[in-house]
Amino acid sequence: MITFEGVTKRYGDGTVAVDNLSLRVPTGAVTVFVGPSGCGKTTSLRMINRMIEASSGRILLDGRDVREIDPPTLRRGIGYVIQQAGLFPHRKIVDNVATVPYLLGWDKKKARARAMELLERVGLDTKLAGRYPFQLSGGQQQRVGVARALAADPPVLLMDEPFSAVDPVVRTSLQDELLRLQAELHKTIVFVTHDIDEAIKLGDTVAVLRVGGRLAQIADPATLLSRPEDDFVEGFLGRDRGIRRLSFVPASGVAVRSEPHVPGWNVVLDGDGRPLGWRPDDAATPSGAPVNRTGSRDGSAPAPDGVLPFGAFDPAKDSLRAALDAALLAPSGCAIAVDGAGRFQGIVTREALDRALLQAGGAEPARPAGSGSSTPREVGDEAGNSGSGVSDRSSATGGSDGPSSSRGPGGDGAAAHG
Amino acid sequence: MGEEPLIRWAWIGRNWPQIEGMLVDHVVMALVPALLGLLVALPLGLASARWRVLYQPTVSLMNVVYSLPSLAVFIVLIPLTGLAERTTVIIPLTFYSLAVLIPAVVDGLESVPDHVRQSAVAMGFGPMRRLLQVELPIAVPVVLAGLRVATVSSISLVSVGALIGRGGLGYLFIDGWQRQFPTPIIVGIVLVVVLAVLADGLLVLAQRLLTPWARARRTA
Ligand SMILES: Nc1ncnc2c1ncn2[C@@H]1O[C@H](COP(=O)(O)OP(=O)(O)OP(=O)(O)O)[C@@H](O)[C@H]1O
Ligand SMILES: [Mg+2]
Repeated sequence: MITFEGVTKRYGDGTVAVDNLSLRVPTGAVTVFVGPSGCGKTTSLRMINRMIEASSGRILLDGRDVREIDPPTLRRGIGYVIQQAGLFPHRKIVDNVATVPYLLGWDKKKARARAMELLERVGLDTKLAGRYPFQLSGGQQQRVGVARALAADPPVLLMDEPFSAVDPVVRTSLQDELLRLQAELHKTIVFVTHDIDEAIKLGDTVAVLRVGGRLAQIADPATLLSRPEDDFVEGFLGRDRGIRRLSFVPASGVAVRSEPHVPGWNVVLDGDGRPLGWRPDDAATPSGAPVNRTGSRDGSAPAPDGVLPFGAFDPAKDSLRAALDAALLAPSGCAIAVDGAGRFQGIVTREALDRALLQAGGAEPARPAGSGSSTPREVGDEAGNSGSGVSDRSSATGGSDGPSSSRGPGGDGAAAHG
Repeated sequence: MGEEPLIRWAWIGRNWPQIEGMLVDHVVMALVPALLGLLVALPLGLASARWRVLYQPTVSLMNVVYSLPSLAVFIVLIPLTGLAERTTVIIPLTFYSLAVLIPAVVDGLESVPDHVRQSAVAMGFGPMRRLLQVELPIAVPVVLAGLRVATVSSISLVSVGALIGRGGLGYLFIDGWQRQFPTPIIVGIVLVVVLAVLADGLLVLAQRLLTPWARARRTA
């Protein structure tokens, strides 16, 4: 546990970068510091390993004031990852990763073996071990940076915008990798970012800082999204707060119809029962009957002619946001539910989604865009028990009102078709 | 072809032992200042990089030294170190090397990217270790580039020492000019150029061996 107790940092020129900050960073979890540029995130982070000394207040690391610990010793026990990776250009990748073990006096063989193990762990080919940093892509360098921070197995990891210099695709994979690693390693991580999406994705706890270095709110992501404490936090969370919040609502409660068709549209399946797409009723195939191309194609074949794109989600592990997204991707306006192996389970209609959304407390469809500012608190309260509310799956499936109403799907489909 | 051919090979053959002696003398008087310069420039450069206030005065002083005509300096030094002595040549040439090498060391240390320095601090390097294991190694390419300049100019400047009776191969220029005899002049020029090219080539080789990471960066 890292505890900030009334920590203030005033720089020589009078700038107050951090103002009376008090918060707790729980052991074994990811705490994200997020906020606009210049709000004191880096300063706060660096006071933990004493790269910057606090002007007043104190920071405790497992109950011990960091100022009692000699800086090099303190730092060797805290991994640190920064935006440009900060790799040593003159050392090979393996030696870069082994830096802290070398500093700790491990013998060279052991340190290198450990480095190789870590390269694998962060998803890098060990063939890269003999290269120099400039011979790696930005994303690879960043992985090396993470491996290096983990090399001596420090309980604490400080990360200062580690993924913000790489392209969005690489960033996503680095984030996923970090979450995967964290699930294995349970480090105490303080992660700094100015990207609210990243904060929400990675953080077990998110601390929003405002300019002037004051804490605006600290909460878990779902709470933050449903109950922003003030206008600043709400503004920082952005317009899509409601949609984002759906990421934290499981899709398991949404009603799934097992028939592979809705009025006007049929799901085309491959031989293994995996969905290939939607086919409109008026296409060559006779309407009503599910088109099952058994034997004619293998599972990985591209969608046959006349079959339109679809969106799928796995109710067992995906969020309501994924379900909604899947529905928006399809011309029929319906999402396809699949199992863990990607096989067709059923269809989720717009009506079923609407109900799930209402129960989740989002109720976006019913409210004009942009008018949500006065109600988030009530919405959030409902969200608290949304899990049990939506899980009433059998009744929703039983009611056939969804598919029988013929509004959305056909119209949307035509639009998407044209 | 008139009375005097451009090169008389027989003269070279006859005088080779003396030429060889001058060559060795020349090499010593050129390389000692370059190496001495490097040894002195490292601590001075480190100090100037660390305490920035020292940098400008140091560089200005070195530029003043660099602007002094070498002959004048030799003459000033004669009463102290003696006429026709190696030391009289080596001392001013060392100062000329310093004028090139101190800025090279400072620039080299400044070529260390800030994020690299920061991450060294964050990983628990103490100041001394950081300097020796991170900053100096990264400064090597820039320092070596400075050393190449210092070495080559030192090789060419030694010849001026001939005016005070100790100029290595420079003696050949005076000899040839006084006797209106081109062979020694040509031999002198060729040997000085060969020396310079050789020394430079060796330093380039050293650079490639010492800093493979920098070479690869250039070709990438
Ligand atoms: N060495 C310094 N001297 C004076 N002021 C500083 C110094 N370092 C940072 N500041 C100021 O302190 C404030 C907080 O800086 P800090 O680097 O902690 O912000 P940040 O939240 O990390 O911003 P960013 O997202 O841009 O990295 C800023 O106003 C900055 O200008
Ligand atoms: Mg910052």
